[in-house]
Amino acid sequence: MSDTILFYLLAGVAIGASALVIGQRNPMYSIMLLITSFGALAGLYIQLDAPFVAMAQIIVYAGAIMVLFLFVVMLLNAPQEDAAGWDRAHPMRRTGVGRFGALLAVLLVVQLTWALGRVAGLDAPVAGRGDAAVVGSVRELGRVLFTDYVFAFEATSILILAAMVGAVLLARREGDR
Amino acid sequence: MIPLGHYLVVSAVLFSIGVAGVFLRRNLITILLSIEIMLNAVNLSFVAFGRSLGTVDGQIITFFVMTVAAAEAAVGLAIVIGLFRHRESLSPDAFTSLKW
Amino acid sequence: MIALIPLFPLLGFLVNASFGRRLPKAVSGGLASLAMIAAFGVSAVTVWQLAGLAPAQRAVTQTLYTWIASGEFAFDLTFRVDPLSAVMILVITGIGALIHIYSTAYMHEEPDGEYARYFSYLNLFAAFMLVLVLGANFLVLFVGWEGVGLCSYLLIGFWYQKRSAADAGKKAFVVNRIGDYAFILGALLIAVRFGTLDFQRLASAVAPLAPESMFGPLSLATLLLFIGATGKSAQIPLYVWLPDAMEGPTPVSALIHAATMVTAGVYMIGRNAVLFSHAPETMGVVAVIGAATALMAGTIGLVQNDIKRVLAYSTVSQLGYMFLAMGVGAFGAGIFHLYTHAFFKALLFLGSGAVIHALHGEQDIRHMGGLKAALPITYWTFLIGSLAIAGVPGLAGFFSKDEILFETFAHGRTILWVVGVLTSLLTATYMFRLVFLTFHGERRHAAAPSHLAPSDAAHDSHPAPAHHDHLHDAPAAMALVLVVLAVGSVAAGYAGVPRALGGGNALGAWLEPSFQARSVTTLADTQVVTPGEAAEELTGEEGLELSLMVVSSIVAIVGIGLAAFIWLTGGKRAEQAARSFPGVHRLLLNKYYVDEVYDAALVQPIRIVSEEGLWRGVDVYVIDGAVNGTASIVNEGATLMRRFQTGSVRTYAGSLLAGVVLILGYYLWRW
Repeated sequence: MSDTILFYLLAGVAIGASALVIGQRNPMYSIMLLITSFGALAGLYIQLDAPFVAMAQIIVYAGAIMVLFLFVVMLLNAPQEDAAGWDRAHPMRRTGVGRFGALLAVLLVVQLTWALGRVAGLDAPVAGRGDAAVVGSVRELGRVLFTDYVFAFEATSILILAAMVGAVLLARREGDR
Repeated sequence: MIPLGHYLVVSAVLFSIGVAGVFLRRNLITILLSIEIMLNAVNLSFVAFGRSLGTVDGQIITFFVMTVAAAEAAVGLAIVIGLFRHRESLSPDAFTSLKW
Repeated sequence: MIALIPLFPLLGFLVNASFGRRLPKAVSGGLASLAMIAAFGVSAVTVWQLAGLAPAQRAVTQTLYTWIASGEFAFDLTFRVDPLSAVMILVITGIGALIHIYSTAYMHEEPDGEYARYFSYLNLFAAFMLVLVLGANFLVLFVGWEGVGLCSYLLIGFWYQKRSAADAGKKAFVVNRIGDYAFILGALLIAVRFGTLDFQRLASAVAPLAPESMFGPLSLATLLLFIGATGKSAQIPLYVWLPDAMEGPTPVSALIHAATMVTAGVYMIGRNAVLFSHAPETMGVVAVIGAATALMAGTIGLVQNDIKRVLAYSTVSQLGYMFLAMGVGAFGAGIFHLYTHAFFKALLFLGSGAVIHALHGEQDIRHMGGLKAALPITYWTFLIGSLAIAGVPGLAGFFSKDEILFETFAHGRTILWVVGVLTSLLTATYMFRLVFLTFHGERRHAAAPSHLAPSDAAHDSHPAPAHHDHLHDAPAAMALVLVVLAVGSVAAGYAGVPRALGGGNALGAWLEPSFQARSVTTLADTQVVTPGEAAEELTGEEGLELSLMVVSSIVAIVGIGLAAFIWLTGGKRAEQAARSFPGVHRLLLNKYYVDEVYDAALVQPIRIVSEEGLWRGVDVYVIDGAVNGTASIVNEGATLMRRFQTGSVRTYAGSLLAGVVLILGYYLWRW
């Protein structure tokens, strides 16, 4: 029972915060709200017996990536979208791409809902099979990671290296050596 | 016990919010944030399925997604910085030199 | 050894074509003439050697290499000298050498490069003509056939900057081509039917067969070959190129369009005598066309005003005689006439060349006259040539023409004989019209300089002044050749004096083995019934022959007298005649409008189909349209697709999302 309440609470926070993220004028507020959303998601992960992922979410996502975003926003001293350009207009009243995109987003929602409605077996409790200990243990995670998925693991490290180099290069000023 | 479907609904909703954000906002930073929202929605979905099937693979995929998201965020922000230096604007409509 | 004969002129061509421009005229002209003289020397030696063999074995063969070996067909590049080709090579190299020498003087006013080009073409022509007559199979003959056609085109259009000359060259080539097409079909038919193109093997294969009684494959093949001959030898219906060919230099007309190339058709029929005699239907066609052409050309020649045109039509007419002979089966007589005709026709052409040279380009006989005193050598040699062609007894033309007429009569073709006699009359008349108008009487000058322009050669022409300008007779090189040819015109006929007059018809006897098949195994039994043999029985009737000879002589004298009556007395009677028959006169002057008919019936329709239909319709509209259309489709498509590049990132994201939604929708729908 309490699980259900906790679930609804966390889900609500996540969804609500995300909705607000896309509605803010100041990017700083958006980032803050997103951090909140990530926190709620971490809680959902814990409910799913995935503590490692939850921790990773907080540390990596909320802790590193969002901080990076913050740095950039503050570095650029990003101007807030001015009032004239800020369109609070109803999505369906915007011109061109805006309207089109809004329509597509609605369509997407409809499709997903419809799909979800048709799938069988979604009523089964998510923790029905297997035991929590096996699924959630870090040992198990590490074992699978370094045996079955070791190639992807190594490749990802190269990816990060490339990203690092790329980021440094891209952000350099012209004329700097 | 919470049914699998609930988690999937949450994931779908979050994804749609992310999509809407990409289209309706005219600030590059916010667009990137919307992309992060979408990635998180997918992560949630993976973990839920993994738990439901009783394997640990779902979490591993999440692991990789997060890594890639970090790399992508870093590079994306570097590009934004470069663009901002060029045009002093963060609106995607300001960068149309690839127009036919 | 035989290969040397065409090789010398070929080498001359190569030298003159490559370096001729840098050589002085004496060298390039002398080299070319020397090549011909050398070829004549080798030919003479070869013929001498041939004469040393027994008559049934008179053939010297030289195979150079196998040209085509494919399946069951094998064709070699083989030369063969036998009595027939012996006569031909002597004529070609002998008269060819003389004409080369003549040309060195005649073409002297041309610049060095043009002079050398002329001689290179002339040598090349000689080489090809020799290949034609020395060929031992249809393939080699055809190489020569085509080659002389090419050289004819090159030489007719020698002064190619002149529009009429270029057009005449093209006309000659195209008309020849039509004949060549028929020729190839005929040769292919023969190859398929008999499996060989070698003349001797062919003759041996055909000889044992019975002559076709109606129109069969052999008749068809020989008819096609004959059509090719009408193109090359200017008979009806493909003679129209020869008068126009007079645009070329006069020595070219003498060599190619009198003595050698136009005789190729006659030679070809003589070479395939066995084949033709087994196709009586075709022989009939040959004889009729020959006689008809002779008569028609004779009538046209009567009223022409250009000295070379008269001679051109005369050539067509005399060729008609040769074909008449071939058609009735008197192959030896036809070749005899070919041989004598070469002498006097070349003489006449070269003489006219001397006249034109002396008058600085004037060719209209209405503007000549009174040249007898100023150009004595030219006059006397020209007179001898005219007497010869008219058939006056004692000169060459008499013997050969008479033999043809006799054979025609003896084979029962009385109507054709009458036509032949009529043509004889016309020949004498128009030839002496030419003589009287050109050399006798008072000099008539052109009224104004503008009259000269249309009838000129490309020589510079001075308007004839009102007083007598100093005319010089032919220079040494030209005069020498004229004299030699005049002697030939008298003496050449004596090679074939018929038995009726006590001679042994040496030429006929010499040529006879060529018209029979030689079986490959034994050379002794040649039991083929050829018309040559049949004629031998007929020549027993010597009385008939004598009386026919008398008829021909009378006709010749009458013709000369008629010409003297009308034209020697100032031309008034000629004008009266023209005025009394205006329609006929105009018809003859315009050559029976044959060219106009061909133009309307053939040339214009083809031109219209080509220009309007094929060019505008197919080429421009369809093909260019397709190509340009493809390009413009790509262009339009690209312009359309270009609009996708909006430069706006949001649009791109939008299209991504649209794709996602669509794909998702599709799978959900199919679920």
